[in-house]
Amino acid sequence: METKTFSAGKRGDKVRSDCYIELSPAPSGIDIELKSKVSAMYGKTLKTQLQSLCDYFELKNVKVYLEDFGALQPTIAARFEQAVKQMFPETKKEYLPEFHPENLYGTTKDKLRRSRLYLPGNEPKFYPNAGLHKPDGVILDLEDSVAPTEKVSARFLVRNTLRAINFYKAERMVRINQLPMGLEDLNFIVPHNVNVILIPKVESADQIKQVEEKVLELKKKHNLENEVYFMPIIESALGVMKAYEIATASKYNCSLAIGLEDYTADLGTQRTDEGKESIFARSTLINAAKAAGIQPIDTVYSDVSNMEGLRESVIEAKSLGFEGKGCIHPRQIKVIHEAIAPEEKEIEKAKKIVLAFDEATAKGLGVVSLGSKMIDAPVVKRAQNTIKLAILNNLLSENWKELN
Amino acid sequence: MEMVKNSAGRMVPVEVNGEKHTPFMGVGKYKPTGAKAKPPIRTCADYPEDGNKIKANLREALESAGLKDGMTISTHHHLRNGDVLTNYLFDVIHEMGVKGIRWFPSASFPCHEHLIQYLDDGTIHHIEGSMNGPLGRYTTEGKMSGLGILRSHGGRYQSVQDGEVHIDIAVIAAPTADTFGNATGDRGPTACGLLGFALADSEYADRVIVVTDNLVPFPCIPWQIQGNNVDYVVEIDSLGDPSKIVSGTTQVTKSPDRLLIAEYVADFIEAAGIMKDGFSLQAGAGGTNLAFALFLKEKMKKAGVKARFMRGGSTQYLVQMLEEGLTEYILDGQTFDLEGVRSMRENANHVNTSPFTSYNYHGKGNFASMIDAVVLGATEVDVNFNANVVTHSDGYLLHGIGGWQNCLFSKCTILAIPSFRDRIPVIVDEVTTITGPGELVDVIITERGIAINPKRTDLLEAVKDSDLPIKTIEEIRDEVHSICGKPELPVVDKSKPVAVIKWVDGTIIDTVFKVVK
Repeated sequence: METKTFSAGKRGDKVRSDCYIELSPAPSGIDIELKSKVSAMYGKTLKTQLQSLCDYFELKNVKVYLEDFGALQPTIAARFEQAVKQMFPETKKEYLPEFHPENLYGTTKDKLRRSRLYLPGNEPKFYPNAGLHKPDGVILDLEDSVAPTEKVSARFLVRNTLRAINFYKAERMVRINQLPMGLEDLNFIVPHNVNVILIPKVESADQIKQVEEKVLELKKKHNLENEVYFMPIIESALGVMKAYEIATASKYNCSLAIGLEDYTADLGTQRTDEGKESIFARSTLINAAKAAGIQPIDTVYSDVSNMEGLRESVIEAKSLGFEGKGCIHPRQIKVIHEAIAPEEKEIEKAKKIVLAFDEATAKGLGVVSLGSKMIDAPVVKRAQNTIKLAILNNLLSENWKELN
Repeated sequence: MEMVKNSAGRMVPVEVNGEKHTPFMGVGKYKPTGAKAKPPIRTCADYPEDGNKIKANLREALESAGLKDGMTISTHHHLRNGDVLTNYLFDVIHEMGVKGIRWFPSASFPCHEHLIQYLDDGTIHHIEGSMNGPLGRYTTEGKMSGLGILRSHGGRYQSVQDGEVHIDIAVIAAPTADTFGNATGDRGPTACGLLGFALADSEYADRVIVVTDNLVPFPCIPWQIQGNNVDYVVEIDSLGDPSKIVSGTTQVTKSPDRLLIAEYVADFIEAAGIMKDGFSLQAGAGGTNLAFALFLKEKMKKAGVKARFMRGGSTQYLVQMLEEGLTEYILDGQTFDLEGVRSMRENANHVNTSPFTSYNYHGKGNFASMIDAVVLGATEVDVNFNANVVTHSDGYLLHGIGGWQNCLFSKCTILAIPSFRDRIPVIVDEVTTITGPGELVDVIITERGIAINPKRTDLLEAVKDSDLPIKTIEEIRDEVHSICGKPELPVVDKSKPVAVIKWVDGTIIDTVFKVVK
């Protein structure tokens, strides 16, 4: 009789930083077989890890076969857990890697979100270095970049990655699947310090409310302190028409993003460089976001080799009112930050306003004035934002006030 | 086997393949001066007056050269992984029933896997050169009869001049040659660029055989190898596979992580004040090194800075700098792509120089130490800045040294490397094999930060106010350990050396041991 096997992960010539795990019933005890590219350096470590995973899941008589292509420990654990849950579907236990000490930070509603880097949710090789490219946010994507057959394995991997991989202060984002599948995804991310949840293909306020409800429930259950914010993505004609309703559906909404690939498909048209087909949608979305007091965020620029095209597209987006852009390649990040950065003239003006504001505050004056002009609060806020952007882009020293 | 601890703290044998060798004593400490080897002195009365040195085939040439058991045969590596001649040469030697050859290539490539059968059957006793890919694996598993000896390009020349290696027969692959033996590598169906690394072979070997697949009437112009040093000429159908000899174009890396490293390299060179009018630079041909040149080019343009010279291996990217007036000269030792070959043909400021102007320990001075900065790679670097280019962390010998050791003498030696590759740490506690001593390695640039050798207080001072991610090398190592885990040491049999690594002066800097599976 053929032995039934339960497998997870990937193998093949092109696989890197991942592994393949196969479990099958064994006559007695734990039998571990290793085939690893790094066995000379991590042979013992791998064996110990697999043994402790077997112990954790209380496996008694099982053969474990690992084919390893330099996978890191959280990846191996994710693949292992998936295989265990196929073999024993009733297993409720989760194997959670230790939190990396740097991974406990929270975020704020108005944090800068100029760039957000999409990482496919089932490709571990991209994770350890993603934060080094200094995006404002890193998105572990459970939706479009994950094949339907890999949805389950991506959940374990994304969960372990959120805990164990350092993103170097980038905002920790996850794009969940469309509801209702996306609601189930929340179990795998909310308890693990996700900062922002991207909700795809939103067409109603109710969808946001469903997410909010589930998130609040999980936060309570797990006693979580850090806030979790939402970035709904509007990707259809109906979504555009409901933009304001969606933007105001939850106080946890921090941004509203547009996804143009699906939107143009929904219109039955093509995406062009000029973008006339989406001008209504983009303007509507910007207006809705601003009216709701949250950030409007533009779609991704998909030609990764055309940096000049990207720069122009960011400048155009900025002029419309967008405050951020999606990235699908780390080299896009720097270009986006540079293009969004304020110009010298803007910075000079902002400096004057901020100094005038400081002076007025110090003197206890209720009104800020520059020369003969009164300065309104939103103008001060915009100036402060410009200064913040200028400092982040190395156009202004952090202690500019003393240098001034 | 008697082993001693050298000044780098490594156990090395005092005798290799029955010959005495000196352990490494420290950089610049050992000076093997004095005339020890002489080129053979012949008379033209013994050579055909019509200049026709053609032999019917390679076997006849080898017989005329007096091939016998235990001789040293040298080849050069300019045909790279497209080399067919060397494999054919040993087919012929095998047919002749000759045994115990010391093969002395200037480098080996994966295509030389063919020779494993001749190492097995005793045709080849051992290799002195480089043991790449399959040959490295074979050597590290302890299957070679003798011990391998790895030398840098400069070290190879030094070993010949010191009489440490006496070449009995040099077999020089020549993409174009005449019947007198004048030869060039820059043209012909299997053109490879320059033949510079065959210099010592042509001057010092007892007998020199030029083998070509493109015989032209006398004179072969230019002659990179001088026919007056050549005994016999043999014509064969093909020297090799052109597609594997020279790449049409060298490619900049597309990896975002490598590009980040390259960007840091350019940033560092600018921030440290190295990038100034009249400076000089050398870079290898790896994808990261090419990319850094592109970033630096933009900075030079912006700052209006011009270099005096760039040391090649040339590539299309160095050629662009020359043509855009960002450097006055390219001093080339070998060309890596077709643009390099074209530029050298067309541009008088793209100069063909012997690699031994930079690489030879016996020269009266050395270009390498005059260069402001050099950017190189490595397989491992340890917290003492010692670097490895020959073995991997699993103990296997996989690469040759090339000119890497010789280049370390630059005023600022930069190693541009990832901090780990697929869970394999590159920044380690102790390198598997020391190829370059830490005192010559100034800066390590990784995607996780830049570590400056604490000895270089001047560089630390120069960049202290920059935005660069300056860290200690221990900080980078700790971060790598936190991601990958602390690696176990490879299991090797310390009683069974399989190869030794020479320093540029001919002393032994480290030993490679048999890997225990």
